[in-house]
Amino acid sequence: MSLTPESTAHEDYELEQRLGILLRAGVILSATVTLIGGILYLLQHGGDSASYHVFVSEPAGLRTVGGVIGGVARGDSASIIQLGVLLLIATPVARVFISVIGFARERDWMYVGCSLIVLALLVYSLAHGG
Amino acid sequence: MHVLTFTLLTLAGALFAGLIGALTGLGGGVVLVPLLTLGLGVDIRYAIGASLVCVIATSSGAAAAFVREGFTNIRVGMFLEIATTVGALLGTVVAVFVSSSTLAVIFGIVLLLSAAQSLRHRAEHITVTRPGSLGDRLRLASTYPHEGEIVSYGVEHVPTGFALMFVAGILSALLGIGSGVVKVLAMDRAMHLPYKVSTTTSNFMIGVTAAASAGVYLHRGYIDPILVMPVVLGVLAGATLGARVLARVSVKPLRLLFTIVIVVLALEMLYQGWTKRI
Repeated sequence: MSLTPESTAHEDYELEQRLGILLRAGVILSATVTLIGGILYLLQHGGDSASYHVFVSEPAGLRTVGGVIGGVARGDSASIIQLGVLLLIATPVARVFISVIGFARERDWMYVGCSLIVLALLVYSLAHGG
Repeated sequence: MHVLTFTLLTLAGALFAGLIGALTGLGGGVVLVPLLTLGLGVDIRYAIGASLVCVIATSSGAAAAFVREGFTNIRVGMFLEIATTVGALLGTVVAVFVSSSTLAVIFGIVLLLSAAQSLRHRAEHITVTRPGSLGDRLRLASTYPHEGEIVSYGVEHVPTGFALMFVAGILSALLGIGSGVVKVLAMDRAMHLPYKVSTTTSNFMIGVTAAASAGVYLHRGYIDPILVMPVVLGVLAGATLGARVLARVSVKPLRLLFTIVIVVLALEMLYQGWTKRI
């Protein structure tokens, strides 16, 4: 493998295009899901009272990936919004995953390693809650 | 207040935050947290949770364009994201021991520094990587389009940049912001990357940094869907509008005006935090 910046930049071009498409798609998809959930919620609960002055943690069903998916299956509108949030959080995670594959194709093992470390930290945070 | 009224008010506020964030180049989170806490009386933890989600949305949206135009250095980004994600995870641990008042004070200070940074004169510099240095071994040098030509650039002081990125990660998790100012500082001032490469790579990294702490905060119940919904949609719309405005009009007077708004918000956060009102 040649080590000039020009060749590195050229090899990365295809990966950059793919990452760009993925990021845009993730944002559009999650914004759409959030909007749908939001409209449903306002139709059902628009007249309820809202207060965020005091912090009382969210209900368990809205705090985990499994809980949110369960809520969406029941047609719960707050869970649909939270699914949109999860899709948004998943967008950078997917971006790192695509980077792992992209660098592996370039046989750039050092950067496969870097991307895998970041991916592991992100998955740990989402699955475990730190 | 009814949910509908609150949602519409938050939507308007978030639209404004997204617009200011795009025009000053500081990102939506920096204005959003003070707006939610000072303006709408939202608990700072809910504000931080909602803000982190917005930070992911706006940075991903903008990064989509920059990365395809070839400004972003994905190697520099990927390598430094190790520092920002570790920093962010540490930040979520530290957050447990820090009171809301202290958070407000730290926020005020970071906001003031951000405002100062946004007015600073920008010099475009190109450096050469020293053979055998860490930047050379990591192959961080690359090229970017500049005034119609493809320009090669190198990188210096990678360990300093890495350490600053760690700090950026902690601040991002603690305050619910993208920490773009610290990231640009690390790449532009410490690593001597070209300014355009620094800002776009910073933006590229912000989504990953914010996702690391957003995962933790989701489990802690900081992310309220009903609050997040108008916030994220408003900020996205505001940021998109801001990008359009940036492309058309001279932003210098606007930037100055909004920087004054940010300084006022910063002083208010400092005062409210200092007197334990938050």
